[in-house]
Amino acid sequence: MIRSELIQRISEENPHLTQRDVERIVNTIFEEIIEAMCSGNRVELRGFGAFSVKKRDARIGRNPRTGEAVQVEEKHVPFFKAGKLLRDRLNGG
Amino acid sequence: MGKTLTRMDLCDAVHREVGLSRNESAELVESVLDLVSDSLVAGETVKISSFGTFSVREKAARVGRNPKTGEEVPIHPRRVLSFRPSHLMRDRIAAGNRA
Repeated sequence: MIRSELIQRISEENPHLTQRDVERIVNTIFEEIIEAMCSGNRVELRGFGAFSVKKRDARIGRNPRTGEAVQVEEKHVPFFKAGKLLRDRLNGG
Repeated sequence: MGKTLTRMDLCDAVHREVGLSRNESAELVESVLDLVSDSLVAGETVKISSFGTFSVREKAARVGRNPKTGEEVPIHPRRVLSFRPSHLMRDRIAAGNRA
């Protein structure tokens, strides 16, 4: 399923809303999650999962082609952990 | 740092941005999460452009070990969810959290 199919299905379930409104709803939800993580916040959606930001320490990396050592700066990466309900459902629970 | 956002904050955002009632906003947030979950449970991959991709991976059975007692326990084959953030998300989060 891709974003447009998600929008389509929500539209079908909510015939009183315009396609444009549904697009804005779906976009707002995903945008809000990204913005929270941009501010270093966590988003916890019980039953579904939690989005958080993990810090990766600075390290000496290596250019795999030349073998040359390069300094890799500290960085922050997004992380998602599935919630218990969803994990159980994936396994027939 | 950070606080924790919940469904309530997503509902507020939908209410604010789209102008639906709080109740209806809550229902729509739930519909979105349910549709994504149902798709994944059905074994589909869910790809949200400029956000990321949720996919289901099959894990083979293996022998695990209880770290406390050292006892061997069988781990059954199972399905796990993985999320791969889009490049856009990675870049925005790296930029937003830069010291």
